[in-house]
Amino acid sequence: MTGRQRLPGQRPLLRTLLVAAGWTVVALAGTFALDPFRNYQLALVAAYLCATAGLTVLVGATGQLSLGHAALMAVGGYGFALTTNALPFGGIPAFVLALLAGVLASAVVGLLLGLAAARLSGPYLAGLTLAVVVALPAVASTWSTVLHGDQGVQIPFEGVPDGLRRVVALEQWQAMVAVLVTAAVVTSLTVLRGGRFGLRMLAVRDDEVAARLSGIPAGRVKVLAFTASSAAAGVGGAVLCFVAQAVSPGAYTVGFSLLLVVAVVIGGLGSILGAALGSVVIVLLPWLIGRLTSNLPADAAQRLDGNLAVLVFGLLLITVMAVAPHGLHGALVARRRRTTPDVPRPTAEPAPRKVLVPTEEQR
Amino acid sequence: MDRLVFLLGTGLARGAVLALFALALVLIWRGARVVNFAQGAMAVVSTYVAFEVTSLTGSYWLGLLAALLAGGLLGFAVERGVMRFASPVSPLSGVILAIGLVMVLQSALGIVFGPDYRPMRVPFDDTAIVVGGVPLLSPYDLFVLVVAVVVMAALAVLFRWTSLGLQMRAAAFAPEVSRLLGVRVSRTVTVGWVLSSVVGSLAALLLVPTSLGLNPHATDSLFVLGFTVAVVGGLDSPVGALVGGVVVGVAMSLVTGYLGAGLVPIAVLVLLVLVLLLRPAGLFAAAEARRA
Amino acid sequence: MSALLEVRGLTVGYGGAPVLHEVDLDVPAGSIVALVGANGAGKTTLLRTLSALVPLTRGSIRLDGQDLAGVSVEDRVRRGLAHVPEGRGVVAELTVDENLRLGGLWRGPDRRAAVDEVYALFEPLARRRNHAGHQLSGGERQMLALGRALVARPTVLLLDEPSLGLAPRVVAQIMGVLRSLADRTGLTVLLAEQNVVGALSVADHGVVLGLGEVVASRPAHELAADERLRHAYLGF
Repeated sequence: MTGRQRLPGQRPLLRTLLVAAGWTVVALAGTFALDPFRNYQLALVAAYLCATAGLTVLVGATGQLSLGHAALMAVGGYGFALTTNALPFGGIPAFVLALLAGVLASAVVGLLLGLAAARLSGPYLAGLTLAVVVALPAVASTWSTVLHGDQGVQIPFEGVPDGLRRVVALEQWQAMVAVLVTAAVVTSLTVLRGGRFGLRMLAVRDDEVAARLSGIPAGRVKVLAFTASSAAAGVGGAVLCFVAQAVSPGAYTVGFSLLLVVAVVIGGLGSILGAALGSVVIVLLPWLIGRLTSNLPADAAQRLDGNLAVLVFGLLLITVMAVAPHGLHGALVARRRRTTPDVPRPTAEPAPRKVLVPTEEQR
Repeated sequence: MDRLVFLLGTGLARGAVLALFALALVLIWRGARVVNFAQGAMAVVSTYVAFEVTSLTGSYWLGLLAALLAGGLLGFAVERGVMRFASPVSPLSGVILAIGLVMVLQSALGIVFGPDYRPMRVPFDDTAIVVGGVPLLSPYDLFVLVVAVVVMAALAVLFRWTSLGLQMRAAAFAPEVSRLLGVRVSRTVTVGWVLSSVVGSLAALLLVPTSLGLNPHATDSLFVLGFTVAVVGGLDSPVGALVGGVVVGVAMSLVTGYLGAGLVPIAVLVLLVLVLLLRPAGLFAAAEARRA
Repeated sequence: MSALLEVRGLTVGYGGAPVLHEVDLDVPAGSIVALVGANGAGKTTLLRTLSALVPLTRGSIRLDGQDLAGVSVEDRVRRGLAHVPEGRGVVAELTVDENLRLGGLWRGPDRRAAVDEVYALFEPLARRRNHAGHQLSGGERQMLALGRALVARPTVLLLDEPSLGLAPRVVAQIMGVLRSLADRTGLTVLLAEQNVVGALSVADHGVVLGLGEVVASRPAHELAADERLRHAYLGF
């Protein structure tokens, strides 16, 4: 027990940074142990984690859901790709500039969408963001002179920097970059949520009217939360573009957007660690299922390809919501709590109600 | 000028379908405070049933009937089997369950039927009737309009003048009080889901033949359009769904005719953003606390 | 002879400290029993438990000798137990007539007659039968809520704070209607009230609830006269 009383949602900054640094070092060291394909998968997980961490903070802190984070990733990806192609130089400076451009683009789009729907309570943000993903291919083909339609935008190949070429392979390099960028995003989100703004978000989520009465501009808090979440997704898209050296609407479908929701839900809504677990699951499970079905006859394999994974994810989503609304992470925490007797239990709990968004102590 | 009249006519027929689909969303929103994001996927399942039955029997009408039955059954099964798990205190859980359902239904269809687009035929001529030298509507458009009007009238009668309708309205507005008065609210909620699923299925059945064809994702854009209609009209307002359907249907028909079909999703998005920014309570709804 | 509504050892709790503890209560047929006590004493919870809106932890509820355990909210009203909830529960979006019809939808063909009886009992409602619930005044709403419960032709009527927010004249009128219904038709009423004076003035019997327990149960006029009790629990 620490001496100073802390309000829920507040977390010591130093501890956050140390934890983040620890995870980052572990992940970076891990890249040396993985083969190229695993490193590629690690890079995917990292890129997805940017988006799912943003999504889970949005859901956990404001109680709103976005079904369009894939589109926001795409915005980040396009911003990254177009900037990379426009810059006369390459290397790390170009990468950083392009990344910033991608984040900026997705934050601006997020701000606009947030102004339209995030202020409202109810399913409006979910519906609007769904409309965004559905419209993405049309956007790409309408402005095809810039966005190149279904083809998407390619960026020039950027190998491992000269100094490191002997030590690390391309996939490992990409994984390391992805891990570092993601670490920055996740740390920012954690700090954001742990600070004053995080408290405001929780206040707005739990009782918007009460929050307004205490002088919290609820609408603005929700819009900003969505903007931050969009920016995080945009980073994910930029990283994905860096890894794939291309961005195209075909990669950011409704299906992929729903997959991000799956990751966040099975990990446990509101939990960043859960989002990480969920991101691993949505990368590994389709790959595993693909391996299992690859021995089947071509027709069957073609029908199962993709669909079987989606079927499993759909069932998983329903089961998690029905059985363990706090997701994987929540279940783990609950288990740990059951086995540690010294955690004080609430004595007079009001009527048992299923609360979807976990309380701070469960995160 | 002729072209404008034709586009308005087609838009009206499209709008009638959108209104039906939005009405199905409104039904569940009022009854259970859930936006049924799975409504498109449920409707596409019914449409596959229609497709299969029609291929087997050769009769469009038997297919239609079977699809409506399937829609009703599906509504029942979804409410009892999945949506019962939705938490009453968190509006999110209903949305997430519905998304799970979308994934299950669409992937199952993909596994069974494959990803190909299957053309659906209707026993109607789809060339426009020419009145006084001006092409107006096709016989199929006319059929769609008539069906939509009949269904909406039937729903209006149900809710306005029957005991079941009164119970459903009461249960939607005040579930606990209704229970105290003897209304079996869980039953009226189920009836709402069944009705909504039938109406949504009908909308998909009417729309798919005029589009690319049948595919597990054939109703994705129908859902987005239907949602837009419901938001434009106000999620709580059946009359809003009607008017919103016509407005959006005509607007999309004009966009298709003058700017190209490719722009429709963007136009929908722009419309949705504008309505949410300028009139968040919907254009026609009594201003309800949507901006909590 | 046992009471029409008989409650024994009723305990209700949400996990921790019980909200109601070992409550015994008898409401004899044809009588009005006033349930009084301070805010938070458990009056509303008791009524909601009787209607099965709140699950009980222990104890039994008998209506006309029959145990109500396992009988759902919707079926209790069919057994004759009508409940006018706190805040009246008029469905604001429905008209007066629709609200009244709603009260007896499960009844047979006599429901129209039951609605007409209510219009005869409450004149103002008859004049406003096509107005929406939200257009009514507080007194009219209370009449509507009461009338809607009567459409079910209940044997026992549970009333939660009917006088809340109403003018004294209207309160007196509603209390008068209750008394005359009890005398004329043998209606049995359990009346939860913070308006102790008003409630005890029409009641036959009074029950004082304090922090979830019955602290006194006596004829209404005795209770009204007991100064010690009035000071301790009723605040007047």
